[in-house]
Amino acid sequence: MDKMPAWADAVLVPLISLLLAAFLSALVILAIGENPVDAFKLMVDGALMRSSGWGYTLYYATNFIFTGLAVAVAFHARLFNIGGEGQAVLGGLGAALACLFIPWPHWSLAIIGGAFAAAAFGALWALIPAYLQAKRGSHIVITTIMFNFIAAALLNYVLVNLLKPAGSMEPATANFPEATHLPSFQDMFATADNPLFRGSPANVTFFLALIACVLVWLLIWRTRLGYEIRAQGHSETAARYAGISPVRITIVAMLISGGLAGLMAVNATMGEAERLVINAAEGAGFIGIAVALMGRNHPVGVLMAALLFGFLYQGGAELALWTNIPRELIVVIQALVILFTGALDNMVRMPLEKLFVKRRAA
Amino acid sequence: MNDTVPAIELKGISKAFGPVQANKDISIRVMPGTIHGIIGENGAGKSTLMSILYGFYKADAGEIYISGRKTDIPDSQAAISAGIGMVFQHFKLVQNFTVLENVILGAEEGGLLNNSLSKARKVLKQLAEEYELSVDPDALIEDLSVGHQQRVEILKALYRQADILILDEPTGVLTPAEADHLFRILDNLRAEGKTIILITHKLREIMEITDTVSVMRRGEMTATVKTSETSPEELAELMVGRKVLLRVDKKPATPGEKLLEIKDLRHVDDHGVERLKGISLDLRAGEILGIAGVAGNGQSALLEVLGGYADATGSVKLRGQELPLSGPGSDGSARREAGIGHVPEDRHHEGLILDYTAWENAIFGYHRDAQYQKGLLMDHDAIRKDAEGKIERFDVRPANCNLAAKNFSGGNQQKIVLAREIERNPDVLLIGQPTRGVDIGAIEFIHQQIVRLRDEGKAILLVSVELDEIFALSDRIAVMFDGQIMGFRDPAETDQRELGLLMAGVTNTKEASHG
Repeated sequence: MDKMPAWADAVLVPLISLLLAAFLSALVILAIGENPVDAFKLMVDGALMRSSGWGYTLYYATNFIFTGLAVAVAFHARLFNIGGEGQAVLGGLGAALACLFIPWPHWSLAIIGGAFAAAAFGALWALIPAYLQAKRGSHIVITTIMFNFIAAALLNYVLVNLLKPAGSMEPATANFPEATHLPSFQDMFATADNPLFRGSPANVTFFLALIACVLVWLLIWRTRLGYEIRAQGHSETAARYAGISPVRITIVAMLISGGLAGLMAVNATMGEAERLVINAAEGAGFIGIAVALMGRNHPVGVLMAALLFGFLYQGGAELALWTNIPRELIVVIQALVILFTGALDNMVRMPLEKLFVKRRAA
Repeated sequence: MNDTVPAIELKGISKAFGPVQANKDISIRVMPGTIHGIIGENGAGKSTLMSILYGFYKADAGEIYISGRKTDIPDSQAAISAGIGMVFQHFKLVQNFTVLENVILGAEEGGLLNNSLSKARKVLKQLAEEYELSVDPDALIEDLSVGHQQRVEILKALYRQADILILDEPTGVLTPAEADHLFRILDNLRAEGKTIILITHKLREIMEITDTVSVMRRGEMTATVKTSETSPEELAELMVGRKVLLRVDKKPATPGEKLLEIKDLRHVDDHGVERLKGISLDLRAGEILGIAGVAGNGQSALLEVLGGYADATGSVKLRGQELPLSGPGSDGSARREAGIGHVPEDRHHEGLILDYTAWENAIFGYHRDAQYQKGLLMDHDAIRKDAEGKIERFDVRPANCNLAAKNFSGGNQQKIVLAREIERNPDVLLIGQPTRGVDIGAIEFIHQQIVRLRDEGKAILLVSVELDEIFALSDRIAVMFDGQIMGFRDPAETDQRELGLLMAGVTNTKEASHG
């Protein structure tokens, strides 16, 4: 039934949840003897008031858009892909191999090749749990979690034993060739008089993420495959009645999901580090779950939520840098946001629904 | 016994769920020692009213009087101590407990079970003699037939000394013989002075057993009449709010060529249970073959196998062409392409995606057709236009194809499914429970559509647990029991009694009906 207007559902509910999370965070900051207003100002200042701050916020957001979309696509088929982290790790390996072993003449070709390799590796890493779910009924939540650990161990092995340059003490590959370096926002937008985005990691991959948003929207709501994915997500019996193969949908949805998670590596590995390091995924695979939850599995929502979490990441780093608020507390704030926007969603939604119903009745 | 004080009196009961007014100022008096029927279409508010009486919901307004005393019923415990017992449509029994254990569950006395069990055994024996309520007290629930399980539910209520018994759609899962027995039990209970409220949507049952009947429509009590002073036609009109045709107008069938030939069809489900044990039947063009049977005797499996979403062995030929029964080419799309349409039994979980809009649902299963594609994307304009036509021709209300399927009433949801399957012009149409949960007004329309399709020379396989519907529509009747077909009958030469025996697995119906 039409309980409340769509704008309230899409904007008001997350907004109120955010305010609640902010309020609780303020209490926590008060409790350790800091001033929450100053802290908030510092976060906004560090993440949004300077172009270099934006450069970091957008860099993080790019990661979260990819992993958020990955979770969202799988979720439309009612598959809970917890394995974004592992798929992103494998995506990094794919991108690194493509950059290290193929002599790209120009970055514009390298980004295409790297993206394909990253997506393919991520997709293949998701294929195994998908196959096990579709054919053997092994629960995808369990298998994808386990595959995160396997991916981390695999990357460790590959870096230490195969890809580490001789004599290096660090588990990382050599730097990628110059031709594969992606233009950063600084390269693209800074001028001699106006040094925009100085030193910040945001790069051309952000636009790739925006394109991914559009493509995912088209896929889910405008294509036959999306129609079938959503049908299966709503009712598997109905899907089978309509001649939709659950095995096929499970595998295809997970391939797309894993591919999107893998694409994150284009940003983190090719765009920023320009070599493959051990913690290349930076936990973005897990943040993607929160981003998809908060964004209601819609690309626009994912984009907004990814920006918010980008802000929290960058603002949090600023806090840790300039105040006595420890880094761990930033994680607490992020957790509160996830708790309120994701897990406690109904706490805000239900009273709000009642309010709207009452107002209409009156 | 004081006959002037009602056993139950409800005064001005109202209950709203959000914007939906489920019960609106309902007042009703149920006299002791009577059977009071409450009839109404799905969603009329019958179940809500009874849930208030049993303490599941709290009324927004109104008062409940039990035997003249104002009573608050905040929970089911309070209802039980007020002497109210409820027999739900879906039984609330512990499957791996014995009958005795189920009966004392929640009414155990003391820390050890022995005393309660032996007391219950005595009470049960006495109740069995008094009311024809015999059940083996040591049998496990899972080994009992549905009819016996229902008796356990009644025994549970009586053991808690209920004077008022509420039965919610009690005959939905029973064979005609079991239903007859249930009515004898209710008769005996009435004779002992118990008060019974019978909720049903079947007019025949109301006429057969009740003393008084109340009719509900859209949350309101539209009438309360003495059963002896009313007729099914009048009740139907009160339920729907206009005159309805209870009979289906149809000409005799003119069966043509054999369209579907099924031989020795066998199916084993996911739990390893053999659901179809060698089904063989022929279906001709221009006829309706009705499959009668108590729910759960393999009818669903038959539809699933023919509809292409359950594997089977045996042989199914369509126009002489063998259809694959497993592996590639045996899925729902292949069946649709071959010309088999399917209106499934469970429109909520099979026929529709409830969260999809009407226009998305209007192509469900046919969404791969070229006419709905535009390059890589789906052609939403074409699909919408197509859906709008279907909605208009099948009189779906509200006529808004952007509404999610879950926001339509049962009848209108069914019309969306029917429109989708019928307008595809299939050679063979499988229809499961076409009017389950559908309001009387829409039943009329749906039956007319099925007969029209038959007259156009299509072959129709109808599965229904409603014998009235089987009789009204079928040109031939097959009875299923335990995954087998017990026999074929001509509807003109059989009756509910004979079918009832077949539905219970008795094949020697001639002798049994004389015996």
